[in-house]
Amino acid sequence: MNAPAPVSLRHRVNQARLRLQASGQRLVIAVPFGWLLLFFLLPFALVLKISFAEFRIGIPPFTDLVTFTDQAYLRVTLAFSNYLRMVEDRQYLVAYLNSLRIAGGSTLIALLIGYPMAYAIARAPKGPRAVLLFLVVLPFWTSFLIRVYAWVGLLKGNGLINAALLSLGIIDQPLLIAGSDWGVHIGIVYSYLPFMILPLYATLEKLDPSLLEAAHDLGCRPWKAFLTVTLPLSMPGVIAGCMLVFIPAVGEFVIPELLGGADTFMIGRVLWNEFFLNRDWPVASAVAVVMLVLLVAPIMLFQHLQSREAPAKTEARP
Amino acid sequence: MPDQTKPATDRPVKHPPDLPGCTKKLGPPIVEIESVVKKFGDFTAVDGVSLDIFEGEFLCLLGGSGCGKTTLLRMMAGFEQPTSGRLLIDGKDMAGVPPYERPVNMMFQSYALFPHMTVEQNIAFGLRQDGMPRAARAKRVAEMLALVELERFALRKPHQLSGGQRQRVALARALAKHPRVLLLDEPLSALDKKLRERTQLDLVNIQERTGITFVVVTHDQEEAMTMADRVAIMDQGWIVQIDAPQAMYEYPNTRFVAEFFGDVNMFEGVLEEDEPDHVRIRSDELPVPIFVGHGISGREGATVWAALRPEKLTLSSEPPNQPHNWAEGVVKDIVYLGSTSTYIVELTSGKRVRSTIANHARDVEWTITWEDRVFVSWTARSPVVVTS
Amino acid sequence: MTSWRRNGFLITALGFGFAFLYVPIFLLILYSFNGGRLVTVWAGFSTKWYGELLHNEQLLGAAWISLRIAVTTASFATVLGTMAALAMVRFGRFGGRTLFSGMLSAPLVMPEVITGLASLLLFVSMERLLGWPEGRGVTTITIAHITFCTAYVAVVMQARLQDMDRSIEEAAMDLGARPLKVFFVITIPVIAPALVAGWLLSFTLSLDDLVIASFVSGPASSTLPMVVFSSIRLGVSPEINALATLLVVLATVAIAAVGWLQVRQERLSTRLAQGADAD
Ligand SMILES: Nc1ncnc2c1ncn2[C@@H]1O[C@H](COP(=O)(O)OP(=O)(O)O)[C@@H](O)[C@H]1O
Ligand SMILES: [Mg+2]
Repeated sequence: MNAPAPVSLRHRVNQARLRLQASGQRLVIAVPFGWLLLFFLLPFALVLKISFAEFRIGIPPFTDLVTFTDQAYLRVTLAFSNYLRMVEDRQYLVAYLNSLRIAGGSTLIALLIGYPMAYAIARAPKGPRAVLLFLVVLPFWTSFLIRVYAWVGLLKGNGLINAALLSLGIIDQPLLIAGSDWGVHIGIVYSYLPFMILPLYATLEKLDPSLLEAAHDLGCRPWKAFLTVTLPLSMPGVIAGCMLVFIPAVGEFVIPELLGGADTFMIGRVLWNEFFLNRDWPVASAVAVVMLVLLVAPIMLFQHLQSREAPAKTEARP
Repeated sequence: MPDQTKPATDRPVKHPPDLPGCTKKLGPPIVEIESVVKKFGDFTAVDGVSLDIFEGEFLCLLGGSGCGKTTLLRMMAGFEQPTSGRLLIDGKDMAGVPPYERPVNMMFQSYALFPHMTVEQNIAFGLRQDGMPRAARAKRVAEMLALVELERFALRKPHQLSGGQRQRVALARALAKHPRVLLLDEPLSALDKKLRERTQLDLVNIQERTGITFVVVTHDQEEAMTMADRVAIMDQGWIVQIDAPQAMYEYPNTRFVAEFFGDVNMFEGVLEEDEPDHVRIRSDELPVPIFVGHGISGREGATVWAALRPEKLTLSSEPPNQPHNWAEGVVKDIVYLGSTSTYIVELTSGKRVRSTIANHARDVEWTITWEDRVFVSWTARSPVVVTS
Repeated sequence: MTSWRRNGFLITALGFGFAFLYVPIFLLILYSFNGGRLVTVWAGFSTKWYGELLHNEQLLGAAWISLRIAVTTASFATVLGTMAALAMVRFGRFGGRTLFSGMLSAPLVMPEVITGLASLLLFVSMERLLGWPEGRGVTTITIAHITFCTAYVAVVMQARLQDMDRSIEEAAMDLGARPLKVFFVITIPVIAPALVAGWLLSFTLSLDDLVIASFVSGPASSTLPMVVFSSIRLGVSPEINALATLLVVLATVAIAAVGWLQVRQERLSTRLAQGADAD
């Protein structure tokens, strides 16, 4: 039909501009990508490497995996002793199970306290609702350490709660709340309650009230309507809230350290102690690797599956 | 530097179409689309569209949801690149030309007003990009505000405006640069019915006053009829027919167009006789043949369809005195629409047809009502025969 | 809506929940004005702990270090996190996208003890191989904080960018603005509230971090949480009560101020709008 147009200058300018734009995009990707590779991913490779080293006294406090012998042979020494210790010494297994138990229990308690609160806030009139939400979010912006500390003063043997109960004559021996699992439960629920309430509120607030009205109209009693309509529809919020509480609780160090007893071993605390008290970096690394494989990887997988399911669900809704 | 912008001389000179019943004179083609294809992965959104848009015209791209209207518009604006084919604006090939260098502007379906800028700043945005001096800019913005009657709202932010006001800001912003072509993607779809009808006339007015070429995407057939000089009907990435609204209505070239563009009764039949001055069609749905007063140069024995608009069917209680173009049936429903009424008649063959009668035509003796036996008839000039 | 007030169960739940959230903090504040050293015994009103706080060189020094780290962290993390979010939301597919998205979400679920240990091992190895960073201190803490805060900012910004109507940017381009200009004149102002939120989030996270900082800090770089932590371990101290009170009040004032500014902005613009309606 037409003769092919000669490649115009204008066309070439446009091509050059497109190339420039593409390289700009590449830069925007490369900078955070490079940063995370160097400062996030590479460190885990090092953790893995050092978990196979052996403890020694010196700087750094571990042996090299790769050494050159006199004959210039490359020798790679992998020490599995750290992992063997995980299996042999029951202390580690107990700490893992403790972490799961305490984190799970606290999550459940937070859900039981948080759900009615989120529901009440979502049903509140507009004005009070903003204030209530503000009150939920506010503790998050204040120091976590300070909030845990507030309970130390309350729960200790000679703390306020015991003093009050003793003087009222309700108990005659101080309760040992701080220094038991209960102290840890209280600390976790207290610290992470806002993380439970916010996602629950977000789903409950979006819930169309006419659905409940329809259920009532069809003869469903309020309590039944809650169980058959509200609760199932708020499941995404329940799952999100539970994940937000459970995940940080499992690896928690500060709360068991300050509010738990000497024997409340959670895995985060074990790792801390191996590192700071025993100065055994290889064992600390091995604990970290096992934690990654047994806790973090399943959680990430779960979240990945969840997020893949979520768009399908939201699309189904009009 | 050799001038590459001049249209190649070997290209045929294109003449604008005559617009029946319209005093407007169209200029030379301003947008030329040549066999443009757009694929998203395996999916073909625009499938070989060729279309010339002439200077000064008001063109409507009409089609159902997902037929590729927006994609075609976005290719003109430069947000999508054609997979193949050429797109020229003012004779210049637009391949690789980014949106910010094209002499067209777009009004977005969502309006896309800048939420952090006032109405005034929104309208001035495009002028500012061109480096227009402050005084000239202020003057143009004032003109635009006057054009869309928003002078009092100049200092508001978009979220402080009603839907209709936002729509006018979007229009003013797109018009401010005096683009060669204004592209509007479903500009009225977010307005309520009353406002939409008023705004249709406003758009036509503004188009005539400014003389800017308008390309409006819509899925509403009545809207296209009200506003357009020409309508292009799209289906599954194709342009099926392009014509003035009147011609489109009277002479649809396919069943699809006839059914999409207004109400129609469609009779399927076999072409029995095809002479230069008439056509005879035998249909199982009718007791007598259909006789059409012009030839169609089809193959005898082929399956064809006769399309009849409801207002072309007349009802009578006596059998019409003609050997063709009628049928007998029973009135099943009457839909009263104010100025007209539509009668739904079930023919003996079981087919239901619609006949629209102007209510002023029903005199006192009009007695046809539910369950009456009636005769439906039409003249030889009424049917349009389509072969696909 | 009237039934809301009458629903005894919901009101009780709210009352109990908020009492649980706020009573400990109120008691903390109350006892920061206690004249005596014992927590359980009220020995009269006094502000002497605040005075002592002002002369506690160690706490003040730590607070200054923490503040510097938090400001740097928040600024870098906001830039990096926004870039990461742009890459995820805007640039379609690119090589390593899955890995990238994994690295962006992993810090959110990673126990702090692991992140801290891993970062430390990296800094030790880097120093041995490259001679940098020399020892550990403010720099290493800042780098570790930027890394995990970037992930948080990226989450906030991704949500914002996904919500944002792309056609706004297309409209700007259609009106003649080049991509870079569109980004600075349209995109940045539109996502500005999210940028501020991301910055504040990073600032708070950095200021609050104890565990990671403990791993990667050096001898002369104890942050405020580290100093507070070691003093809490020794027992409740009224001075820490005073510090806690100050921090709580500061955070409340800051949040309330941000909220108030937003409300005022809203009111101002509605009033302007009403003015235009009146004439
Ligand atoms: N960016 C895109 N990627 C993939 N498919 C697209 C894209 N844009 C449009 N499509 C598809 O192309 C078809 C035509 O879309 P569109 O032009 O928006 O239709 P219309 O505006 O006529 O409703 C639709 O099926 C749509 O799903
Ligand atoms: Mg569309």
